Amino acid sequence: MFPRLVYESFRRQTRRKLLAAVAITLGVTVATAMIAVATDIGDKINRELRSYGANLVITPQEDTLDVEIGGINLKPPSDGVFLNESDLPRIRGTFWHHNIVGFSPMLPITVKTGGSVSPDEVTLVGTYFNKRLTFGKEEFTTGVRITHPWWKVEGNCAAAGGAPGSSKPTETPNCGWPGDDSHEVLLGERLAARLGKHAGDALAIDGLSLTISGILTAGSVEDDQIVAPISLAQEILGKPGAVRRVYVSALTKPPDALSARDPKTMTPEVYDRWYCSPYVESIAYQLQEAIPHSHAEQIRQVAQNEGTVLARIKGLMLLVTLAALFASALAVSAAMATAIFERRVEVGLMKALGAGNATVAAIFFAEAMLLALLGGAVGFTGGSLLARQIGQSIFSSQISIQPVLFPIILAIAVLVTFAGSGAAIRRAVKFDPVFALRGEA
Amino acid sequence: MSSPEVTLPTPGEIAKRRARAAHTSMFVRMLVRAAMLRRGRAASALLAMVVSAAVATAMMNLYVDVQAKLRTEFRNYGANVVVVAHNSTANNHDKNAGMESLPPDALHVIESTLGAKTMAVPFAYAVARTADGQSVVVVGTDFARARDLNHWWNVTHWPAPQIGVQLIGGDSTPTLPPFEALVGMRAASVVTATRQPFDLSFQGKTIHLMPAGLLQTGAGEDSRIYLDQSEFQSWTGVGPTTIEVAVNGSPAEIQQGMKQLAAALPGADVRPVRQIMEGEANVLNKTRATLYASAALVVLTSALCVLATLIGWVFDRRRDFAIMKALGASERLINGFFAAEAAALGVAGAVLGFFVGIGVAAWIGRVNFHAPVAPRFGVFPYVLAGSVAVALLSAVLPIGLLRRVQPAMILRGE
Repeated sequence: MFPRLVYESFRRQTRRKLLAAVAITLGVTVATAMIAVATDIGDKINRELRSYGANLVITPQEDTLDVEIGGINLKPPSDGVFLNESDLPRIRGTFWHHNIVGFSPMLPITVKTGGSVSPDEVTLVGTYFNKRLTFGKEEFTTGVRITHPWWKVEGNCAAAGGAPGSSKPTETPNCGWPGDDSHEVLLGERLAARLGKHAGDALAIDGLSLTISGILTAGSVEDDQIVAPISLAQEILGKPGAVRRVYVSALTKPPDALSARDPKTMTPEVYDRWYCSPYVESIAYQLQEAIPHSHAEQIRQVAQNEGTVLARIKGLMLLVTLAALFASALAVSAAMATAIFERRVEVGLMKALGAGNATVAAIFFAEAMLLALLGGAVGFTGGSLLARQIGQSIFSSQISIQPVLFPIILAIAVLVTFAGSGAAIRRAVKFDPVFALRGEA
Repeated sequence: MSSPEVTLPTPGEIAKRRARAAHTSMFVRMLVRAAMLRRGRAASALLAMVVSAAVATAMMNLYVDVQAKLRTEFRNYGANVVVVAHNSTANNHDKNAGMESLPPDALHVIESTLGAKTMAVPFAYAVARTADGQSVVVVGTDFARARDLNHWWNVTHWPAPQIGVQLIGGDSTPTLPPFEALVGMRAASVVTATRQPFDLSFQGKTIHLMPAGLLQTGAGEDSRIYLDQSEFQSWTGVGPTTIEVAVNGSPAEIQQGMKQLAAALPGADVRPVRQIMEGEANVLNKTRATLYASAALVVLTSALCVLATLIGWVFDRRRDFAIMKALGASERLINGFFAAEAAALGVAGAVLGFFVGIGVAAWIGRVNFHAPVAPRFGVFPYVLAGSVAVALLSAVLPIGLLRRVQPAMILRGE
């Protein structure tokens, strides 16, 4: 009899059930989408924070002092120690290589440009633009286009060189960016204005004739410099494989009490935990291990601020998610209360026929449960789609929904539905059947 | 459900009262009595209304305010604009000889142009020689300002501010107590590995310095030695060539500020720090978009909540509806009655909810940003309009359904 009552209730009162089911479904949809977005927002914003550029720098261990003012190097460029370019792909072999978004080596040298009459000394920086490298079987591209996303290059799209095969149709076009093995260079915008050069012009440097593929706007010292493929800088310097420093852009975990500790003073357990957490300190430590005779350090301006910004945004989304959960719980409760309140006559009839309070309540709870499971399942699907849509349109990447969320969402849906129906069911059950049947509700 | 009136007026009195009273008094009375008699239901409908209005208010308040709050967080990344003396970075390989300084009042001009809240830090550069002949970059700055602007500088001990100390002349035997300097991590290993006082010379003038603290940033600052601006200037005669400025505000406001600066300082280049600007714009845009989507979802859900509650509340009163109709009320009057009821509920809910919402927003601001979110009364019209619209919608929907039903059917309890 019990299943039949429930079944008939669904069959005969489809409209009322529909209203409650719609409320539950929409509520669960919003809740799922918000939870998914809130759990993933940290990762997404972390990635967006990489647009501030590299947060780690690797220098030779025995590095001499930089004597540099406003991007002009005042030290003989061949001085000091260098890193070895062939060691760089090892960065991909570190424990946290998945967290390393990209890296670019830098080799600044001083070159003479202009006519032989008034040679003009400028800094030329050799680097990777979008270089293809292999580590083991893994192939990847890296360079300033990843680590320095704010660099803007204006050049001729059609004439753009680019390493063969480096511009897949999905990538942004190679407008003005030089190829990594070419004799093309970028000219900083202020230097270009001073020399009166434009994209496509030829530039004579130390007797070499180079092509200016684009004009670089960096908003920093590079605006007064020439940026060239690293092989070119090494060739001019006469030191193949030399790299002065490497900028690394990595996804990191905000600092906490553990991250600030010195790994030398840790117990093995704590050390393992530290080593296996993507703190900027532990990634620096691993980079140092990977590249011989190197010293890796966090760039504090970028690294130290990430944590706060990330924490703020995550906290904000958490609170907003709570508001969303609260609102959807209330919507579900309201809908359930309404649905039950309308059925007092039914309750009166059941009680007149001898049903106990417990039986009546059980029927209502069973119905609420069915509605919650149904609405929860549909809402979860809807919410996943919604979250995916939000991820695509805002971050242009997927927001992953943990399958673990499904039972949790269902449980929340059932709980909220019960909570919402509870008060209404109690009132309906308490109601005197005589009044209900006489229509004096 | 007995009427509270005890003494019945005579027919004459009733006729007189009716003649005096407008039709509206009955209308108002019905509205009030309807709410009073079903206090529970009316209260739950009002509660739904209040909560929705509160949530909507809080979300709108946050949406507007959070951007400003986050911008202040982003200012921790440091300067987004640099003011550089013309030609100060170009072509100066003869070490400072041709380096032009900014006008001495440049800092003052910047602050008066952009307002007192702007942080600006002057920097002056020179290349000095250590006792064993190594070149090292020495920078003159204002420590208090640098400390405010560059939060990420990891400094073991900031030099104490020094007032009115005169520098010794060209002789190389310092007699005065040494000046305190902030020494970059890498510079320290060259000049003062043991953290002893050290000498630096610039164009024949020697200065005796005491390392006050070590500076670590992971960038170029590590290779430099920082001095107080006035000491630096009396030693080298070089004035500030670069001023780093943190301009607050939206991209448009920053652009505006840069234009004003360029106009106020014709002898200087005003340049954006693209790394900071672009990064901030990027993160802020994404956050705003996410917040916008979430706010829309939350407002939608709360509207749904109101809809569900009010539909129930109107359905519940189909008896009133039927009796009114049976007594000869016109469709218009009934519609008007339910609409007025819904509107009153909407207005009451919006007003109460608005204040609750402001409280919620302020709380979120305090918990998350440690600064209260300022109430924005400009949001109120939207919340009011939205609440009334949702309330009317949820009243009109069930009435449309009920209109098709004969009053007799409802009264017979079918």
